Formats: sequence, C-alpha cells, structure tokens
Amino acid sequence: MATVEPHAARPAKRPSRGAEAGLLVLALAIGIGAYALVGFGLLDEVPEQFVPYSLGLVALAVVGHVVLRIKAPYADQVMLPVVVALNGLGLAMISRLDIGGQLVGSTKEFASRQFMWTALGVVAACAVVWFLKDHRTLRKYSYTAMIVGLVLVMMPLLPGIGQNINGARIWVNIADFSLQPAEFAKIAFAIFFAGYLVTNRDTLALAGPKVLGLQLPRLRDLGPLVIVWGASLAVLIFERDLGTSLLFFGLFVAMLYIATERFSWVVIGLSMFAVGAVVAASVFPHVAARVDVWLHPLDPEIFGRSPGGSGQLVGGMFGLANGGLTGTGWGQGYPRLVPYANSDFIYTSLGEELGLAGLLAILVMYLVLVERGLRTAIGVRDGFGKLLAGGLAFVMAWQLFVVIGGITRIIPLTGLTMPFVAHGGSSLLANWLVIGLLLRISDNARRPSSLPVRGQVAAHAAGPTSGSQPVAVGSRSQEAVDAGEARAAVGPARGGPSQDHPTQVVRTDLPENAEGPMTGATEIIDDTERKNL
Amino acid sequence: MTELTFTLLRLGFLVLLWVFVFAAIGVLRRDLYGTKITARKGRSAQDAPRAAAGAAPSRSAPASAPTPAAPAPTGPTRLVVTAGPLRGTTVPLSTSSILLGRAPSCTLVLDDDYSSSRHARIFPQGGTWYVEDLGSTNGTYINERRISGIEPLPPGVGVRVGQSVVELQR
Repeated sequence: MATVEPHAARPAKRPSRGAEAGLLVLALAIGIGAYALVGFGLLDEVPEQFVPYSLGLVALAVVGHVVLRIKAPYADQVMLPVVVALNGLGLAMISRLDIGGQLVGSTKEFASRQFMWTALGVVAACAVVWFLKDHRTLRKYSYTAMIVGLVLVMMPLLPGIGQNINGARIWVNIADFSLQPAEFAKIAFAIFFAGYLVTNRDTLALAGPKVLGLQLPRLRDLGPLVIVWGASLAVLIFERDLGTSLLFFGLFVAMLYIATERFSWVVIGLSMFAVGAVVAASVFPHVAARVDVWLHPLDPEIFGRSPGGSGQLVGGMFGLANGGLTGTGWGQGYPRLVPYANSDFIYTSLGEELGLAGLLAILVMYLVLVERGLRTAIGVRDGFGKLLAGGLAFVMAWQLFVVIGGITRIIPLTGLTMPFVAHGGSSLLANWLVIGLLLRISDNARRPSSLPVRGQVAAHAAGPTSGSQPVAVGSRSQEAVDAGEARAAVGPARGGPSQDHPTQVVRTDLPENAEGPMTGATEIIDDTERKNL
Repeated sequence: MTELTFTLLRLGFLVLLWVFVFAAIGVLRRDLYGTKITARKGRSAQDAPRAAAGAAPSRSAPASAPTPAAPAPTGPTRLVVTAGPLRGTTVPLSTSSILLGRAPSCTLVLDDDYSSSRHARIFPQGGTWYVEDLGSTNGTYINERRISGIEPLPPGVGVRVGQSVVELQR
C-alpha cells in the first residue's frame, strides 16, 4: 500500500508561482510574436496597433497572475499561461484575417471586439477567483443552476431577442451584443450535474435492476436528468444546433460516468444518442445534409449544393494541405477563402499558416489544459469539486473534439467554436469563466491541509496502541461521516446500497478541507494497493 | 524582407510554440514524477528521497507477505483494512485485542450501517490470533462463511465486517 503526496512535503509557505510567471513570459512571446509576424507577413512592418495590443496583452496576463498570487496562491500554475498563449494565437489569427480582408477592400473588423471580450474574460475569471472563496458554495445553487441553464438554452427561442443566423437559432441580441447563451449554459449545467450527482450517485449507481450485466438505474431517479436530456434534444430540434446538443449530451453522460463509475451509463448514453442521431438524420433535412457532406464532401453534386454544400469543409481541407508540415507562415496562406475562417474554421486557418507542427503544438496545449483540469478533479477532496472540475475539463476536451472532428471529417461538421481561439465573445467569456472556476478549485485542491493523511495516521498515532485506545482515523465522528463521502467520491462501494447514507444530506457549510482527507490520492493508489495486498 | 528571413521567422515561431509546450510539460513533470510514494508503515522518512520509480521495489518489500527479506514468520504485525471506507488504514498489533465496530470506544471505528456497535474482536492467545463475533446483527464473515463464536485467524485471510474487510499481515 502506498500513498501519493506532493514532493515538497506539504510546503508551509506560499508557493512563489515562479513557474507560472516564466511560462507567462513565453506565452506572451507567442501571442505578441504572432501578431508581429502577421504584420511582417502581410504589410512588411509591424501592425499599426502593435504597441497597444502588446501592452494590453501583457497587462491582462499580469492582472491574472497577480490576482492568482493574492487570492489563489496554490492554484495550478500551467493553466493561465496555456490559456493566454491560446488566446494570443487566436487574436493574432483573427487580426491576420482582418488585415488580409482590408488589403482586398473589406472593412470588416473582428479583432478589436475579440480583444475586448478577452479583457472581459480575464476580468471575469479574476472575479471568480477573487470573490468565490470556496467552490463548494456553488453546491447550494445546484437547482438554481439547472433553471438558469434551461432558461439560457431556451432564450434564443424567445421572439424578439432570439436571432436566426444561417438556419441555427442559437443567438440572442441584447443591447447590441450578440450572445450565444448555450456557452454559458454549459457551465450552469456542469454545476447542476455536479450538485445533483454528488447527492444522488449512490442511488443512481446501486439501486435498480440488473440487465445483461449492466446495472440499470431506477426510473424515478432519472427525473431531473431526463429533463436536461430533453432540453438538449430540444436544442437539436428547435434551434437546429447540432454542436450544442452534442456538447450537453456529452457533458451529461461523462458526468454520470464520473459520478457513478457505471459503464452502463456510457452504453445507455451512447445508444440514446445513436437513436437520436439516426432519427434526426432521417427526419431533419439540415442534419441529413451534414451527414452527406461528412461522407462525400468531394462529390460534385454535394460540393455544389447551394445551401448545405461541402465547399467550406473542402476549402478547409485544402487549406490544411496547403499548410503541410511547417505551414506557409503568418500571412502567407489563403485562409480567407474558407467561409467563417475566423470562427468555426479557425483551425484550418491556423493549420494553413502554422502547419502540422503548429497545429500539434496547439493541440498539446489543449491536452495540457484538460489534463490540468482532470488532475484538479483527482486532487480535490470533496465530491462536488471532483465532479465539477472533471465535468468542466471534459466539456472543454469534448468541445474541441466536436469542432476539430467536424473539420477533419471524423464526425459530421457541427457549429461549435474552438475554445479561446475562435472568434466569438460568448465562447471566450464562458471559457474564461471555466478557467476561473478550475483555478479556484485547483487552489482548494492543492492548498496544504491541516488534517493528517488517512492511513498514515494509523501508523503514526497508533504506535503504542493498547486494545482500548481508539485509532485516530476512525475515532473522529465527523471524519467518519466524511469518510463516507470520500468513499463515494472514489466510487460507490459495491457492498450494498446505502440510500440512507449521510452523503444524501447536502452539506455546504463545512470548514475548508474538512471532508475525507485522502480522496484525491486514493484513485491513484488503487492499483498498487491491489498488487501489494 | 528576404525569403530567408521569412523562413527563419516562420520556423522560429514554431520552435517558440514547442518551447512553450515543453516548458509547460516540464512543469507537469513535477506533478507526475515529483510525487513520492511512501509505504504506509510510518517509514516515510526513509522513503522520502526516492522518486516513484525507485520506491517501487522498496514498497513491495514490507507489504507482500512472503518475502525473502523477512523470513522469520513471527506472526502478523499489523491489521490492515483492505476494503471499505477505511481502506488503507493499518493498526499495529500488540498483545492486546482489537475491537471492531461502530462505537467510538472501538479500536477501529467503522462508519458502516451494516456493522454493529461492538461487532467483532480480534485477539491473540498462545501465539495465534483469533477472531470472535460479538453477537453482531449482520455477522462476521471469513471467506463468505458466517462465523459463530471464536475462530482462528491466519495472516492474509480477510474478515468481512459490514462493508469493510480486514486482514492480518506480517
């Protein structure tokens, strides 16, 4: 048996966050360097806005860094630099497309707006870190979050503020701002799922009939989840937005799986989705068109079809091919030939000018980001935090998969945005909020705990144990309750149903880190434990 | 600007991207390899300088029962919880008995709806350890067989109490 601990045996003083500062310098070099190269490539000089742009980017990074130093000193040190680098790359590419357009007479300008949203996003993430002292506060608002999420999802359907753009009704127009409320709904749903599942996972995992070796849940435990599943279907049907529907559904299945450890949920989820997808493809012409484009993009008939042709997809593929291994260089390719080159298809724009080498670097950055989110989920001690961090990290990975899978013809093309890179204010702001939440959770996860580590306690404290002396671990009655939660966080015990288990009580008023002290590492040590026992 | 400058800048930017990626991974490396894995015997001080790779052989030595390092079978030295909420908890054995149950006065307090307040007792007598069910509601099991009264308990055999399994280890 073994336990995993941080190397610097529980540092007593605050970490200096030097690694983050160093990585931020590199990240800023990427963002600013890219912007400068855009200028060199297109205009043979640095762009007009170079100095204010650089100063603004540096200022945002410094603000984020300082806020983390003050309010979340133990938070993850890699997330912020990675996000700054991705955001910088996105801004540079959007500027490049703007400048490219201006050279041929277009007056459209997206970069400054995107920069404004970036600033707003950084401020929002900082506000989350600053004002949210403990992520468990959010657990109180689980059902509020569900309602907020549903309202956000339904908002585009309201007459007056809802807007129909290109056949998808996913925008709302409020005070000159065009927003995609679904981007924010994903955060609300993640909070709701985390709060709901942490209370109900035992029932969902253990009660119910067993069919063909799969533990099926009881119908009455499914109520709130079915509502949300229905909402995601409604998005598909009434708002005609495949991407968002897929996003919610993936989040839903993944969080159920994290909470219950039941593979049956994945099977149920996938089969439900398969049925939905087949029905949608045969009933809705716009879905069927997407499937055609996915399967036969180079068919002349499908390529030339006026609405729903494959021109965009094929253009993107040719862009990627033109980029090759090392790309054409900033400003040297033709990414503007693809419609929506700065939002939905920014991946191919980047692929054309940075090549496979650049794209893979970008994908590894996302991988690192998601890994940090999942690592946070492993490290955090309470079940709610685990589910929330796991869900948020997963949804980012899932969104990326849906976008890039669509562009590279792994799955049918749907309209989602690449987090932090693609043009789109709502997406940017929502993803910065996600990062704010993950940073907050990771601070709580990595902050040294005053409580001793389970297992070690027995060894140290019970040295001269006489028969009647209680062992420290089990004797703390509060701890005993928490140990129940800790067990549930790792995965429900197979021993038997515990519907009257204390986990059912929503407890949000606990002092910091008071919950099961070793939840984080337990998952890691499972295998070694089995071997050694 | 010349073609050469462009090419150098283009490749330089890609290098910068990858430098950043590897720098980030370098920070992550500490997370992956910088953890120490300590055997749960209170020997953390000795194992501390070893990294994950180095700890693997040393870790298995005290944990697995039949090792050449400890040939003298002088009887079990500890009671280990191998399943249930308190998994990983160890109790060093002495000459006195160990009481399992929900009552706070027990040696090993089980938070388990299926265990009684004074559930079972594990005690030594004449160099052998025995387990005794103290009239629990849901029973004490060895190898899925419910025991009644006192039974000898060899090391490595799991005793199930409610959702927890404990066993003696050398």
